[in-house]
Amino acid sequence: MGVSAGYLGSLMVLKKMALVGDAMSHVALPGLALGLLFHFPVFLGAFAVLFVSAVVIWYLGRVTRLSFESIVGAAFTLALAIGILMISDKLELLESLFGDITNVTILDTIAAVVISITAILLTKMIYKKLVLGMISEELAVSKGINVSQTDLLYLLLISLVVAAGIKIVGSLLVGFLVAVPAASAKNVSSNLLKYSVLSSILGAVSASSGVLLSNYLNVQSGPMVVISGITVFAVTVALRWKTK
Amino acid sequence: MQNSNDYILKVSNLSVRLQNQTILENVNFKVKTGTTLAVLGPNGAGKTVLFKALLNLVPYNGKVEWEGKVKIGYVPQNIAVSDIPISVKEFLSIRNGSEVASHLEAVRLDAKDVSEKRLGILSGGQLRRVLIAWALVDNPNVLLFDEPTTGVDIGGEEPILVMLNELKKSKKMTILLITHDVHIVNEYSDYLLALNRCVTFFGEAKEIMNPAVQRTLYGETVCVGAPQR
Repeated sequence: MGVSAGYLGSLMVLKKMALVGDAMSHVALPGLALGLLFHFPVFLGAFAVLFVSAVVIWYLGRVTRLSFESIVGAAFTLALAIGILMISDKLELLESLFGDITNVTILDTIAAVVISITAILLTKMIYKKLVLGMISEELAVSKGINVSQTDLLYLLLISLVVAAGIKIVGSLLVGFLVAVPAASAKNVSSNLLKYSVLSSILGAVSASSGVLLSNYLNVQSGPMVVISGITVFAVTVALRWKTK
Repeated sequence: MQNSNDYILKVSNLSVRLQNQTILENVNFKVKTGTTLAVLGPNGAGKTVLFKALLNLVPYNGKVEWEGKVKIGYVPQNIAVSDIPISVKEFLSIRNGSEVASHLEAVRLDAKDVSEKRLGILSGGQLRRVLIAWALVDNPNVLLFDEPTTGVDIGGEEPILVMLNELKKSKKMTILLITHDVHIVNEYSDYLLALNRCVTFFGEAKEIMNPAVQRTLYGETVCVGAPQR
């Protein structure tokens, strides 16, 4: 999960949509709530809501020309409110918001691995197209790239990864995994290959070290993943400052 | 649709309307093969939109007829690279990864010196040359160049223009360039298209030095090589 979130997040940071990843994790909450209420896998509920939301947000962005941040900002606050109202059990709510790796089953693990690999492979296919679209939409379109469709596909892949990560780190913190490892990598990368690979590695390091530490300290995994990742971020900031 | 052999581009009654505003209206001109057309006009005149219409990047009414086997290279005015960690080699590899060094040499850049550098730290002149290299990757016979010397310091402008001229002769290219620079129009262009939503002047580039033409373009005589009154 850390690898895929880091890899996909590398594009999110370049597109200046780092907070969108965080907001989208909150948008998943009503879907999570539906899974808990009707006893089906929460990942499916989360992904279904995220999928629909991603399409609606993408469409509204194209039609209204409002920024993704504005539209997602409105959507996530509404979704958070609805989700909290729907989940009445405090323990389930806490687990939804902060995750609990001790409740992750073998099936959840296999699903997360399959989703991660799929998301990485599909993103790799459109990575350069997305980057070219960020550099110059005119150059991208003149090269025959459908920028709008590529953006939508990317949003859907982010939805997939966010939905899969919610069970482990929770909806409040999964946005961290798609933003901070990539931001750390950007501090110390001089080219795209190094940046994308390092984002993946730092995502894996944040996730795995956080989980190991949470196990050792007997605390929740989500917050430890964040603390681990922020430590890495601080180190890269110091390295960047030192080389200036 | 085929043009006569002399013309690589024919534009007839071109109009562009974007977001309920008329940007271009009834634009007509032709471009002879192997020549350089300078497109001049004040800010907001529709120059960049004209290029986008020629590239079919915006919807338009009217006709844009390119000669059948045309291949177009496009160099935009601005690109956003300051915050993206992408090297020159990676950027050019998006189009063709196998001949990065030769593309850079074609624009007088030392591949060993620049290929691993981030696009965002290049000088204005170097970035312009990399964008030209990008445009030249698949050997176009037409180059659309939006403001060739934007972001280039005064000393760096002339070498880029000389290089463009040489490329034009060696590769037998037709060049359309947007400029505000009278010097570029006078020294490096064959024809001039002046725009201000519609065509205000179309003719030989040396006419830019004619006071009457300057009055039409700028509203008053510009004292650059023009006879004093």
